[in-house]
Amino acid sequence: MASPIEELKTAIRQALPDLDMVIAWTAGPDSLSHTPLFITDAADIERIEWDSRCSQNLAGYLTSLRGKKVGIVAKGCDARTIVELLQEKLIDREDVTIFGLHCQGAVDARKVRTELKVGRGVQGVTIDGGAASFAVNGETQTARLGQVLQEKCFRCTGADAEVCDHFIGEHGQPPQVDDAPVSTLDMLEAMGMEDRLHFWEDQMTKCIRCYACRSACPLCVCQDHCAAQSRDPHWVDQTDHPREKLMFQALHALHTAGRCTECGECERACPMDLPIMTLKQALNRQIKDIFDYQAGTDPDKTPPLFQFREEEEHIKERKW
Amino acid sequence: MLAARYITTDKLVPWLLSLSESRLVLAPIRKGGQTVFQPLEADSELDLDGLATSSPKAALLPRCETLLEFHYSKGEEAPSRTSVEVRETLHDQPTFLFGARPCDVRGFTVFDRVYDAGSKRDIYYCTRRDNTLVASLACTDPAETCFCHRVGGGPGDSTGADLLFTFIGDGYVVEAVTDRGNDFLLSQTLHDAGDRVETALKTREAVKAAMPEGEPLLGAPEQVNKLFDDQPFWEDVSAKCLSCGACSYLCPTCYCFNMTDEMHGNDGVRVRTWDNCMSFQFTLEGSGHNPRAAKAQRMRNRIGHKFNYYPALHDGNLACVGCGRCISHCPVSMDVREIVSKAQTRAMAEEEQIND
Ligand code: SF4
Ligand code: SF4
Ligand code: SF4
Ligand code: SF4
Ligand code: SF4
Repeated sequence: MASPIEELKTAIRQALPDLDMVIAWTAGPDSLSHTPLFITDAADIERIEWDSRCSQNLAGYLTSLRGKKVGIVAKGCDARTIVELLQEKLIDREDVTIFGLHCQGAVDARKVRTELKVGRGVQGVTIDGGAASFAVNGETQTARLGQVLQEKCFRCTGADAEVCDHFIGEHGQPPQVDDAPVSTLDMLEAMGMEDRLHFWEDQMTKCIRCYACRSACPLCVCQDHCAAQSRDPHWVDQTDHPREKLMFQALHALHTAGRCTECGECERACPMDLPIMTLKQALNRQIKDIFDYQAGTDPDKTPPLFQFREEEEHIKERKW
Repeated sequence: MLAARYITTDKLVPWLLSLSESRLVLAPIRKGGQTVFQPLEADSELDLDGLATSSPKAALLPRCETLLEFHYSKGEEAPSRTSVEVRETLHDQPTFLFGARPCDVRGFTVFDRVYDAGSKRDIYYCTRRDNTLVASLACTDPAETCFCHRVGGGPGDSTGADLLFTFIGDGYVVEAVTDRGNDFLLSQTLHDAGDRVETALKTREAVKAAMPEGEPLLGAPEQVNKLFDDQPFWEDVSAKCLSCGACSYLCPTCYCFNMTDEMHGNDGVRVRTWDNCMSFQFTLEGSGHNPRAAKAQRMRNRIGHKFNYYPALHDGNLACVGCGRCISHCPVSMDVREIVSKAQTRAMAEEEQIND
């Protein structure tokens, strides 16, 4: 049987003539990072890469390509983003062709670089059971998954792209990690309010205000008109105070409440390693409790904050 | 002959801490998963393994610098008349910047040509520059994304520094580069380096020789210039870019700024903050028109500024020092080397077509 990557290439080769482009991944500028590839020419299909270094959530490009026929390669979490975009009517189902994959987990290139000191010459990454192995200059180096996976993968709710047009390879489970580090959210929820504020203020001293977190978020659609940089209204000032930066994070989190699929792009894009997906996870927990809703799971549902109901099932308004 | 001294690895942090009694000592410090330049304290975790995440440019050009403070008050006799008091805020604390890499320090010379240019002297920048002694650390283990050697620098380059540190196994050879670096070194009770200077030189040469070959990107200005109107080219190379700006905020040579007044009640500050050509607001005019509204135009600006407009104004010096941060920290792994190489190839191909 063909390997998943060969099967993927074959499927794309067949579909490409009817599409304007296909978005996939290819080898990146260093051996731990793969990078998006926009395929319009069949010759580029040979350049496709697919392994645990394919981190980017390519679904973020779909809204800007609306009106075109686009093929897209998607992991489990990426497909949840696509579902959310469909629910919000930001993209059209008939224009998107989804090549769904089973994902073994995505490695965090920074963790690998700094903790394992593996940097140069990685030729391949495979995940099997509780370990990741790196083919480095003809030798194999292994690590426990708890050391190298991205934060989001520890709580993956489904590693297969559930909604797709072509499923490549075999269905499977999310990575099995028995030594996942305590999540930042659990750590914070065990702390008092004062300490939580100190935690965030300390984190925010590192923020350089590049807004990569926002630009990388596939659900941030205001983009060029973001409140963070607007002088009118003037929500956030430009001084370097941690509370101003936290104010922006609060804005971002609230704008994605009930929409965020925990794809992790905000956190992965942050060059300063701020654990900002935690803020969205905290809101998602609330949304789950109040509305029993999880973003990105059902294309036919309407996100709870997009609709008005006279009476909510879990909110008791009329006690008397 | 300028001074050269030697310090063993175990003495380095105590020595830096002793310096911090009389000045601000900025050094690459591990914070969470990243390494940033911060004031060194007794419990700081110094990280000299590789390039810091953010460049040390904030030492000279802070992310947010208060240019002046102001206060409005109403006249007692005629309340309709307000007066404003203005106070300047120059930062002149003596600073020792330790552990910056040769590329980063070369980046300061990119700023110098702009902020310290004869009559156009920016006092905020120049005051910080004059009060900062710059000690760089030669690289012994360049990363895959490093390309200083393709843009006029090198892993042991000392351009822009006052002192150059080289690690030689059990300690550091410290060589003076400028007169003020020399004066400073002579005032310190460090060992004499003796023939270790020779070892340091050999180490630097060996590291440079081991860097992978790559075409120099120095001839790029005319070629990038030729592509100014080539819309498909810029659309192609910017397709995957998110316009986020992480690249230019981390870049040791990006120096564009924004200026705003931030008021709280009757008190306010005028601040200068980093700006970034990848953002829509960068050239947004008051009329609402933006001459660089599309992502491709912004990318053209970023590459153009570094490899075309700046060198055209400053004797061919590029405004890229090859640190590779814009590559290794780009969320979609854009590669500036690839863009410039593509520009070179494309411009040459167009030239051949014309000649045919
Ligand atoms: S969250 Fe799940 S689907 Fe997404 S990268 Fe991690 S393991 Fe794969
Ligand atoms: S990506 Fe990180 S550094 Fe940039 S604005 Fe967001 S939190 Fe701050
Ligand atoms: S907020 Fe972060 S985790 Fe949520 S959808 Fe946006 S990028 Fe993904
Ligand atoms: S960091 Fe990358 S994605 Fe962001 S603006 Fe720069 S090149 Fe574009
Ligand atoms: S353009 Fe990129 S490689 Fe060049 S100096 Fe700036 S961050 Fe470094």
